[in-house]
Formats: sequence, C-alpha cells, structure tokens
Amino acid sequence: MIKFTEEHEWLEVEGDIATVGITDYAQKALGDVVFVELPEVGATYDKGDEVAVVESVKAASEVYAPLAGEIVEVNEALEGEPGLVNSAALDAGWFFKLKLANVDDLDELMDETAYNEFVEGLD
Amino acid sequence: MTDDTLLKTPLYDLHVERGGKMVPFAGYAMPVQYPLGIMKEHEHCRSKAGLFDVSHMGQCFIHSKDGSDAAAALEKLMPGALQVLQPGKMRYTLLLNDDGGIEDDLMVTRTHDADGKLYVVVNAACKDKDYGILEEKLGHLITVEPLEDRALIALQGPKAVDVLAELAPEVADLGFMEATAVTLEGVVCWVSRSGYTGEDGYEISIPEGEVKALAERLLRSDDVELIGLGARDSLRLEAGLCLSGHDFDATVSPVEAAVTFALGKKRREDGDFAGAARILKELSEGPAKVRVGLKPAGRAPAREGTPIADADGNEVGIVTSGGFGPTVGGPVAMGFVPAAMAAEGTEVQLMIRGKAHPAVVAKTPFIEQRYVRKKAS
Repeated sequence: MIKFTEEHEWLEVEGDIATVGITDYAQKALGDVVFVELPEVGATYDKGDEVAVVESVKAASEVYAPLAGEIVEVNEALEGEPGLVNSAALDAGWFFKLKLANVDDLDELMDETAYNEFVEGLD
Repeated sequence: MTDDTLLKTPLYDLHVERGGKMVPFAGYAMPVQYPLGIMKEHEHCRSKAGLFDVSHMGQCFIHSKDGSDAAAALEKLMPGALQVLQPGKMRYTLLLNDDGGIEDDLMVTRTHDADGKLYVVVNAACKDKDYGILEEKLGHLITVEPLEDRALIALQGPKAVDVLAELAPEVADLGFMEATAVTLEGVVCWVSRSGYTGEDGYEISIPEGEVKALAERLLRSDDVELIGLGARDSLRLEAGLCLSGHDFDATVSPVEAAVTFALGKKRREDGDFAGAARILKELSEGPAKVRVGLKPAGRAPAREGTPIADADGNEVGIVTSGGFGPTVGGPVAMGFVPAAMAAEGTEVQLMIRGKAHPAVVAKTPFIEQRYVRKKAS
C-alpha cells in the first residue's frame, strides 16, 4: 500500500512499518539535493514534527513526520549520495522507516489517485 | 504567481519563454534557475559559458560639474585610485560612510569620452541608496545620470571569449578589467572583461530594446546556457567574492571584510577618504573581526546566519554566505571570526540547526580564478 501527504511525502506500508520519502513533485521543486539530515534510529515523533532536513544547492527544507511513530531505520546511502533523492525519489531515495504508532492513522492520508489530483490542482 | 509590483528587466519575456523560475529579488522578478537546474547551470558556466541577465543592477554615468575630474570627487567616498584610471580601465571599489563602513561595492570605469566621464555599476538592492549618497555628499561636484534605458548581461566562462569573438573579434584583445565600445549585431555596446564568477568573461551594457536579440544570438551557440540567480550565487561564493549587504554592510569596514586590495596604496598614505581614521587604524593594528573562508568537514551546508563557535563551543562569529559549491563538490562558506582565529587551518564549529559541525578556516577563492590579464601595452 502506498499513501501520500499534502507535504509531498510518500509512505510505502508493510504491516506497521512505513518507508517514507519525498515525491517526484517535491524533488523537482527542491532542485539538486546536496545533503540530507536524517533522524536518529529510536527517536519518536508526533505527526507534523520536523524529522529530517533536505538541502538543495539553494535552500534547506524540512521533512515532517507524516504520522506518529518511531524511527526504526534510516537510509544511510543518502549521506554519501544525496542525489538519490532526485534520481530515485520513489525508491532508492527513501529517507527513513517509521514504525507507526497507530496503523489506522493511514486512513487520513491520500492514495495515489487522490495525490495526483492534489498535485494537478497546485499548478 | 509573481507579484505585480515587481519590476521587470528587458529580458523578462525571454526568461519566461525559456522556463525561468521567477522569484522576487531586489524589487525585480528574476530567474532563480532555468530547467537545467542550479547544479548543471553552475557546472556549465565553469566548463563552457553562461549567460546572465544582470539588468537589475544600477548603471550610471558620473559627470563632473565644473570640468575637473569626476573621479577626484568620487575618491572622497571611495578608497580606490580612481583619478589615475585611464580610458577603458575599470576598478572595483567601495562606497564608504564616515564611519568607514561599506555602503556598497561597485565598479568604476573611465570612458573614452573627452570629458573623462565615468561609467559606474552598483548593486541592484543599493542603487537608490547609492545615488542618494552621491547626490547628497558630492552633488555640488558631480551629476549622477542613471542609465535606466540600458540592459546589462554577462557572458562568463572559459568559452565566453570564443562565443563573443564570433560577433566581434576585438573583444579577445581586452584584458581583465578593461572595457571599450564594441558593435555587436549592429548595436554599439559597452563591453568589459569582468564578472562575478571567478571565470574569464564579459559584461555587456546594451540599449534595452536590443538586448533580447543579442541574448538570443548568444544562446544559439551550443556552448551558452542561461544561468539564474541560484548558480550566480554559488559561482561567486566559490570565487570568494562578497555579496553586498550580506558579507559586508554599512557597519563593516574594508579591513574587516578582507577587501583591502580595494584600498589604493597612495590612497592609504594620503588617508583622504571617508572613514579613513578607522580604516587606517585597523590596517595598522588589525581589526577585531575579519571575513574568512570556511570549509566544513562534512557535507552539511552552513547557510547565512549559522553561528560559528570555537573549539570549546563558545560562539565567536557568524556565517554571512554559505551553501554547496558544485565545483568544490561540497559545502563552502564565508563568515566573520575574531582576528585571532583567522589563520588558515584554524578549527571552528558551525552550529547548524543547533548541532556542532566541524570546519576549518580556508583560503578564498575556493576555486582557481581564471581571469585573463593582458600585459600593459
């Protein structure tokens, strides 16, 4: 199952673990990513908390927790190769894995069709 | 999307046609990047040639009111040797206040006109302020004639000379910081070999109605890409060049800003410019703080406003410009530290989002400048 937020994050969910990254729309808007600051494994966040920072050549942008949960893994490949966020936003460019505090919270998020409609409405 | 109150340069339509992402900058709608993206635009400029619209900058002529040299008047507020400028020679200088602070940095060129009038280019965000200061303090000696009907473009990079020489071979004969009138595509332009990237290149002043055709002609070359403000900033940062209002402001002296190369030797001896008392004292005794280059050890960019701490964690300074240097392949920054910590290799910590990131004081430019200097003839 894949879900999306209005902050242009995607969540690929297996059981209660969500792999989180930013969407193609987001990486295009950011431009060339040069650095990603990832959270600590074991840290817990509420929905909307600042979890990570993604820096393009021009500016730094925050990544927010799409739902409440605990960080169980981070994508260490981004430390050496932050450009994966641009080149492979939806797979190798993932940021972190979140153990969801409440799987039912996923119902609040958009599915792919709803997200695509949301993005079309932005331009 | 774009605020209607923003001014447009004569190349606004070209920017939009070519996919420029327009943002407000110094009161103008300017392209921060084009579809190529900041990183590739930066790299293209360093390897081939980049075309910049800098029409938002302030171009003016400075005329003498009484037949004396207008440069003598400017020297009251500027510490560079300007009276000695021969026709076609330009100089980087500073507009100082009475406290020795830098109101702006600017380029002054002696024209070939019989009256020896000067062609001056000031920063976009400062033009009203600068013209006001010149009128207020020197208005009895000089007249400022803003050139509002002229555009300004820059062609920068190792291929700039070949591209421009196709239109006018004589531009290859100009040396760094020299300027002359050149006919490009049938239009008389004022062309200088100068820029803000650390690369060889040219700046071209042209009547606003003619600039789009010239820009399109230059863009027909496979070697030329449009470059937006984003890459303009990363290029000048790698070149160690100051951004007015950021790397210095009206409280910062030329000694603190580490632009003492702009203080003419004889001008220092004579001490006859605004703020000379403070500036000469700092030259002899050393300033309290000074602008240095900073090279972070890791990959996190340290942006403007990032606190600088010493090895013990005491906050001692602040980053004034910083980001990612595509040619360097990592983050680079500039900022102010106490003079005692200004030596190359001094270890500091950059407090990025509250976390300490190690960095060292580094020499600038971060890249090799590739200006083309010609022997005096």
